[in-house]
Amino acid sequence: MKSPLLRKIILPLIVLVILGGFGWVVTQQGPMAPTQVTVAPVTRQAIAASIFGIGTVEARYSYRIGPTAAGRIKQVLVDVGDSVQAGQTLAVMEGVDLEARIQAAGLAAERASASIASATAQTKEAAARLSLAQREAQRQRELAAKALVSQSSSDTRQQDLAVTTAAVEASKAALEVANKEQQRLQAEQQVLRQQQANLVLTAPVAGMITTRDAEAGTTLVAGQPVLTLADPQSYWVKARIDQSQALGLRAGQAASITLRSAPQQALAGKLIRIEPISDSITEERIVGIAFTPVPAALSSGELAEVTLQTGQKAAVLVIPNAAIQQHDGQTGVWKLNGDNTLQFTPVQTGIQSLDGQVEILSGLQADDNIVVYTSKTLSATSKIKVVQQLAGVKP
Amino acid sequence: MISLAARDIAHSWSKYVFTGVGLGLLIGVTLSMAGIYRGMVDDAQVLLRNSHADVWVVQKDTQGPYAESSSLPDDIYRGVLGMPGVEQAANVTYFTMQVQHQGKDTRVMVVGFEPGQPGAPPSLVAGRHVTRSHYEAVADVKAGFKLGEKIRIRRNDYTIVGLSQRTVSTGGDPMVFIPLADAQAAQFQKDNDAIVSGRERTAANPAFNRPSVPGLLEAVQASQITSHNVNAVLVRVRPGWDAAQVAADIQRWKHLQAYTYADMEEIAVQKLIATSAKQIGLFLVILTLVSTAIVSFIIYTMTLGKIREIAVLKLIGTRNSTIAWMILQESIGLGLVGFIIGKTVATLWAPVFPKYVLLLPLDAVLGLLVIVLVCTLASVMAIRAALKVDPAEAIGG
Repeated sequence: MKSPLLRKIILPLIVLVILGGFGWVVTQQGPMAPTQVTVAPVTRQAIAASIFGIGTVEARYSYRIGPTAAGRIKQVLVDVGDSVQAGQTLAVMEGVDLEARIQAAGLAAERASASIASATAQTKEAAARLSLAQREAQRQRELAAKALVSQSSSDTRQQDLAVTTAAVEASKAALEVANKEQQRLQAEQQVLRQQQANLVLTAPVAGMITTRDAEAGTTLVAGQPVLTLADPQSYWVKARIDQSQALGLRAGQAASITLRSAPQQALAGKLIRIEPISDSITEERIVGIAFTPVPAALSSGELAEVTLQTGQKAAVLVIPNAAIQQHDGQTGVWKLNGDNTLQFTPVQTGIQSLDGQVEILSGLQADDNIVVYTSKTLSATSKIKVVQQLAGVKP
Repeated sequence: MISLAARDIAHSWSKYVFTGVGLGLLIGVTLSMAGIYRGMVDDAQVLLRNSHADVWVVQKDTQGPYAESSSLPDDIYRGVLGMPGVEQAANVTYFTMQVQHQGKDTRVMVVGFEPGQPGAPPSLVAGRHVTRSHYEAVADVKAGFKLGEKIRIRRNDYTIVGLSQRTVSTGGDPMVFIPLADAQAAQFQKDNDAIVSGRERTAANPAFNRPSVPGLLEAVQASQITSHNVNAVLVRVRPGWDAAQVAADIQRWKHLQAYTYADMEEIAVQKLIATSAKQIGLFLVILTLVSTAIVSFIIYTMTLGKIREIAVLKLIGTRNSTIAWMILQESIGLGLVGFIIGKTVATLWAPVFPKYVLLLPLDAVLGLLVIVLVCTLASVMAIRAALKVDPAEAIGG
């Protein structure tokens, strides 16, 4: 171990390696190391603004079919998933006492006819009596004028005439009452027949049964649905768009719809309704997007993602949104000057595309170099090292 | 004048260097331990820095959202926004969960944020920021996700569109940032079985399922699955306004708890990680003591190993101070070699640690001073032993 070679070469070599390693560690690793950044130029290119929202597939027209009066279900003829025609019988309610009531109303109407006959007879009798009383009163008046009978007798006949006249009017009124009673009973019978017709629940339009809410034997109140019918051609997506992104929505815009069941497949759609009232709690606009065309076998309630193309700009200054930073309460980017120093430049941004490109309205020029990714928060005095890819990041 | 220490080291340099390496590894462990402590504190602070907030508004009488759970209605922020001195106010949610990644569970903190508002992810290291209002996520690099991968949170898949760095919770769990509305739903979302059985339970309750009131049951069930709660409102104060004053105003008039950055730091650093920090601090002290003892023993045995040579030196009339200086130089030299190796290895193995290890230059300087001090003290015993040597031993033995 006393060889001079060892002392003269190996010892300094070891010292050099250790010191070199230490120097490298101190300057290139840890807190004193330069911050790694990636740099990209500001480019001039086209940018498309899009709006993204989520919604659910719903039937635009959905019919809840139920009885108009409280009652019990007799039969439900269709099941969920069945296609039905307009006017088809879907369910029947039980009449309970309706038939009996119609019968009673019929009998009452017949009785009213009898009353009319009796009233008519009475009218005739009264008319006959009136005619006799008129003649008798006339005769007595003439005889009284010749003083052949007493005045008292003539007055009695006059009174008879007045009484008989009144009796004729009374009998006419009674006939009128009997007629009206008959009409009333007929109308009542009509109502009951109508109610009987309402017991049959029919489809207002052609469509598909989506729910079956009650079974035979169930007693329902008026308005409670037995079945729900939806028109499959009216399926659309009711989507919710965040208010902060809702700028530029216009009816008629083309949309791309992705159903949760088929995330790889984009379906064509069209924005057909923008509701005038926003949801103030969730801060979202509600829009309706129709399928063009409506695909088969849609499921109501399915989650759908909607992307709307709202605008396009050609040849504007564009940067990646990852470059935008907050510094001292300002929004801007770190611009790389020619001498490798950093300068924070506040910018104004315009539209943003869904792939993360942002339009720059002011603050930057084309071909300015800006910092996109950084391994540490930057400051104007940061020591930086421009790299292609930050260390330790596998994208 | 010839340096006795240099001569002595050169004489048995291999032994010296190997001892230095051993000591260096021990110093490396000590420095790493200090780095782990600093990393823990930094984890807590980075969470606060990343949120870009001046004031945290949380549920009254809680120390949320990091140290305690806190729940606020999500429209509170509008009232806060109306307070004087408030520039920005944004809802934010935090919850910790396990996510599946390549068949393994990864513990992450899911953050619900609003783009461009306080609480949004800071600078990225790859990819882009979230542009869609649903089902996109930015994840911390440490979570192990790659761009374009899907991450399942509760019932929905989120596409990773960007990666961030040093975005962790106080516990060091990597963060996953998702849009606020999704996070609100996910935070309180139950699994499908629980929802279905919940519906049945409600339907079985006669108070909610009344035949005479059609639609009541559906309304009750709908109200049970929506959530309009958030964990905190992050506030940025207008330039020129005092954050403490704004926080005091919010606390007084909105009947909520409001913390400034300093308050929050106190909670996050002093309270949340106090026990762990003490644990590591104590360990650091023990490690320093052990290192001191080991350095003393090494120097002492090295001195004893060359006791005959020292006796010869004494015999030829070398002064005591020269011998003492030689031993001190060797001791401090050993310390320096140990420090250089220790600092190097600590830096090299720091990234391998699962949690963040922050090696501050100040800590290194402090460590160097301590090592020099410890080596000086350690050499005292050896110097005493050397000075007590009888020159006669050189010839007598």
